[in-house]
Amino acid sequence: MRFSEAWLRELVNPPITTEALVEQMTMAGLEVDSVEPAAAEFSGIVVGKVLTVDAHPNADKLRICLVEVGASEPLQIVCGASNVRANLRVPTALVGAVLPGDFKIKKSKLRGEVSLGMLCSAQELGMADSADGLMELAADAPVGTNIRDYLNLDDTLIEVDLTPNRADCLSIEGVAREVAVLNKLQVTMPASTEIAITHDQQLTVTVDVPELCPRYLGRLIKGVNAQAETPLWMQERLRRSGLRSLGPLVDVTNYVLLELGQPLHVFDATKLTGGIHVRSGREGEQLALLNDQTITVDADVMVIADQQQAVALAGIMGGSVTAVSGDTVDVFLECAFFTPDKMMGKSRRFGLHTDSSHRFERGVDPELQQRAIDRATHLILEISGGSAGPITEVSDTNSLPERKPVILRSERIGKILGITMPEDEVQDILQRLGMQVQTRDDGWQVTPPGFRFDIAIEADLIEEMARIYGYNNLPQSSLLMRSELAKAPEALLETDRIKDLLVDRDYQEVITYSFVDSDIQNTIAPDDTFISLKNPISSELSVMRTTIWCGLLQAALRNTNRQHNRVRLFESGLCFIDKDSSMQQDKMLAGLILGSVNNEQWGEKARYVDFYDIKADVEALNALTGRELKFVPGQHPALHPGQCAEILTADGEKMGFLGMLHPTLEKQLGFDNAVFLFELKLDLLLDKKVPSFQPLSKFPSVRRDLALIVDEKVAASAILEEIKECNSNVIQDVVIFDVYRGQGIDAGKKSVALGIIIQDSSQTLTDSEIDAIVTNVLEKLAKNLDATLRE
Amino acid sequence: MAATLEQILAQALKLLEQATDLNQLDQVRVKFLGKKGGFTQQMKQLGKLDPEQRPIVGQTINLAKAEFQTQLEARKNALQAAELEQRLASEKIDVTLPGRGQSVAGLHPVTLTLRRISKIFASVGFKVAEGPEIEDDYHNFEALNIPAHHPARAMHDTFYFDAHTVLRTHTSPVQIRAMEAEPPPLKVIAPGRVYRCDSDITHTPMFHQVEGFLVDTDVSFADLKGVIYEFLRAFFEKDIQVRFRPSYFPFTEPSAEVDIECVMCDAQGCRVCSQTGWLEVLGCGMIHPEVFKAVDIDTEQFTGFAFGMGVERLAMLRYGINDLRLFFENDLKFLEQFR
Repeated sequence: MRFSEAWLRELVNPPITTEALVEQMTMAGLEVDSVEPAAAEFSGIVVGKVLTVDAHPNADKLRICLVEVGASEPLQIVCGASNVRANLRVPTALVGAVLPGDFKIKKSKLRGEVSLGMLCSAQELGMADSADGLMELAADAPVGTNIRDYLNLDDTLIEVDLTPNRADCLSIEGVAREVAVLNKLQVTMPASTEIAITHDQQLTVTVDVPELCPRYLGRLIKGVNAQAETPLWMQERLRRSGLRSLGPLVDVTNYVLLELGQPLHVFDATKLTGGIHVRSGREGEQLALLNDQTITVDADVMVIADQQQAVALAGIMGGSVTAVSGDTVDVFLECAFFTPDKMMGKSRRFGLHTDSSHRFERGVDPELQQRAIDRATHLILEISGGSAGPITEVSDTNSLPERKPVILRSERIGKILGITMPEDEVQDILQRLGMQVQTRDDGWQVTPPGFRFDIAIEADLIEEMARIYGYNNLPQSSLLMRSELAKAPEALLETDRIKDLLVDRDYQEVITYSFVDSDIQNTIAPDDTFISLKNPISSELSVMRTTIWCGLLQAALRNTNRQHNRVRLFESGLCFIDKDSSMQQDKMLAGLILGSVNNEQWGEKARYVDFYDIKADVEALNALTGRELKFVPGQHPALHPGQCAEILTADGEKMGFLGMLHPTLEKQLGFDNAVFLFELKLDLLLDKKVPSFQPLSKFPSVRRDLALIVDEKVAASAILEEIKECNSNVIQDVVIFDVYRGQGIDAGKKSVALGIIIQDSSQTLTDSEIDAIVTNVLEKLAKNLDATLRE
Repeated sequence: MAATLEQILAQALKLLEQATDLNQLDQVRVKFLGKKGGFTQQMKQLGKLDPEQRPIVGQTINLAKAEFQTQLEARKNALQAAELEQRLASEKIDVTLPGRGQSVAGLHPVTLTLRRISKIFASVGFKVAEGPEIEDDYHNFEALNIPAHHPARAMHDTFYFDAHTVLRTHTSPVQIRAMEAEPPPLKVIAPGRVYRCDSDITHTPMFHQVEGFLVDTDVSFADLKGVIYEFLRAFFEKDIQVRFRPSYFPFTEPSAEVDIECVMCDAQGCRVCSQTGWLEVLGCGMIHPEVFKAVDIDTEQFTGFAFGMGVERLAMLRYGINDLRLFFENDLKFLEQFR
């Protein structure tokens, strides 16, 4: 809602500055978005009257004018505008005037003729974006008056960003009402005048849908002059509210909309066939709107129709067929109340949003129609003349919204606001807000005025109390609330700890969009069923990721393209998979590394990261839990088939993958280096083992190293598994310290060097005992894995 | 002829003097104190002397021996010191060369900000809750007193999957889920990603919010003001001015928007605060009775407040970041600035 401060002050004029007024409104919940001058800076421009217009001897397009400006002598001014004519009153810049943009007017000669000033267009005064001639002032404009005074240009435009609950402030009257409450003043509205009914013609009005349209008022006004000039004051008020002048009839309806908040519509009565029929749209019915859009309606929308066809989309926009034009002589003026709940969403359905629909959706005062139609009639008669007929009204009292009384308990004000408000102050605030108040033992029974759709329950009234009392005047307490000791579940690893570990291992955290390009998604996880957005912002952000790798790979590329040849990233967040037609949202943790192991540094040979580097990071993450993980050779469409491990929990639950980006993808995506990735189900990683003490052995431990020759296909994990299964409670640990292939080892075989750490908790083991344990291990390995001891 | 004690001592001291390293010094020690050493030989000959002479001569020998040992020790210390000196000199390195090994990365500024917010609220007992990002219409709108076609829905540019399923437009549905899961008293904050179908210089289609709420038997707007005021001062580590303005959210009543004095210009007026000196940082209010009704909490017994804030906005103000879009471009040059 945008309006002129001068207009507001005509209705209510608190003795405070613009700045204080704006602050006051903002702090009462009418947030002022902008405050700007009504006209650009200029000076030295007065109302001039053109006395004579003569041809210029040296230029076809220029005229020499004598202009009276209230000085003793008329001025000679050369002018090129096509609408310059004798007796025209026009803004005249005198010598010494400064126009917007610091343009100074000097005495000059135009093609040899002296010019002592300039006749101005609206554009030159900064009052319009364009103009096709001089700005024509009213015939009674007082010659010599400063144009800023004459047009009230020393005004401020205030724009209020209203919240959806405050429909009552979508008019200058509503804002004035609010300002009056805050300043304990009264609003002075223009006096209402009795409309003289000078003919008795009426259109029949039938309302099929009273629950949608509980009140409909109409009136025929005959013999209007649709070409009359809208008075400058009205044009200016419209302009200052951001509306263009569109002829007197439409201007009046717009003016009343701004003044009272009631949308009205004028039909060209001669273009209507028969009476008015307010009904639901008919399936497939077409309606050409004022904005040149033709829509197809159905039973879900309400239309205003005549006997033949729909002529307006009720409460949203009129139709083009019955629109008024310069030739219009008889008009039918419509002023209705439409039920807000039923209007909601209707305009949006057709991609429309009008001043009218905005107000009807939020609620127009259901008691306002009579006043508004009379006000509009009065203004039309005043500007365009004509003869007014009686009002036709169809109302369904049962369907009109009822302002139900609300109980406000004084105890409740204290409970919600933390303040004891004096009872007379509560009552005073309520009454200033236009509420009907009856006292009760426990407080008040309050009936809100018709224009307050937002007051329905006690909490709404308490908010009004707070608002008028001033949020900043309400007390503020220090946090003294019931408190309990925090829980500290030790079996749950904190996500922060996991992130910290990755950061400490030189992984930078990133946050990428949860929606990705479907091509990338299909490339990286072709087997996953993804979920698509119905209304994506672009095709690059159109489907929900099923893996964080989509975003990580793109983030990595962005950086490799910016000369980063070492990139290490991680991200945690939800991934979304359509599984058995239900949307599964799993919290995942993923990492990516490429480039050298360490930042470039002196004295060390650079080495590129490989599978075992990223595996160590995953192992380190898991080490935080004290639990075991299993890595088994796996298959993932995005990973190198020979360098891909599926990660399982000790119980065999699938946890994720780790491996090298498939070389085909590496090339396709545009990487120059091998990329390694991991992704884990975060929840499974959070399952931490609470430590349980094991007694320490007092006896020495012994290490025996073995070099085994096994078939190439035998996995390291199989060897470790076999040793573990020996079930010897004295084997404390097994470490693999070398894997060798080549000279001395047959093709297809490899040598795996192990260290076995042996320690008993109750005695020092003898050499023969140790030998027996090792022999047992070797026999088992020989039997199950065909392992031999390397000679 | 056997050398006299004086001669032995003199020779011993001379050799001590000549020894240039600890090895030589040890040889000198053996030469004079060893089994066959000069002083040892002298002592062995004591037996040949008269009994009354023995203590006198013995004492003389001991004195000479003590003298030697003192000198030996001194020489040893000197040589050790010299040796250490030499080693230290030879081991001198350029300490200005950079260290080797793995470096450390950083957290995303959104995470840093979320952690600070959580930490401040955790200190007074708020617990962290999470919820789904693909959310049903009921939790995202209906239960929060935003029925279909409510004008407030126009303020949320919602991403849809189907008529009933959306990407959550705010973290407020977690409030509903938390109240469904547990009876009051409740003190919860819910950080997370939210989505709106809007993308321009000041909007990204995904961003982060922290929702917080408190429900108990005696919670008032005064408590809300206190919590928000103390939180903002803790977050900005500054005694900033805070103001509460009436506003409208369907799920709170009374509702407020909270402004802080502009931290970019110290309230002098700048581009960031549109010359007003104030910055809007969060929305809050007393939980609406309709919301309590949806989760079956008795509004006569319990009251509560809720608040919601944009994490990127707070991060931008805290760290002076001037472009929202940087958060999701993931340029290392940007991210590396946050540790």
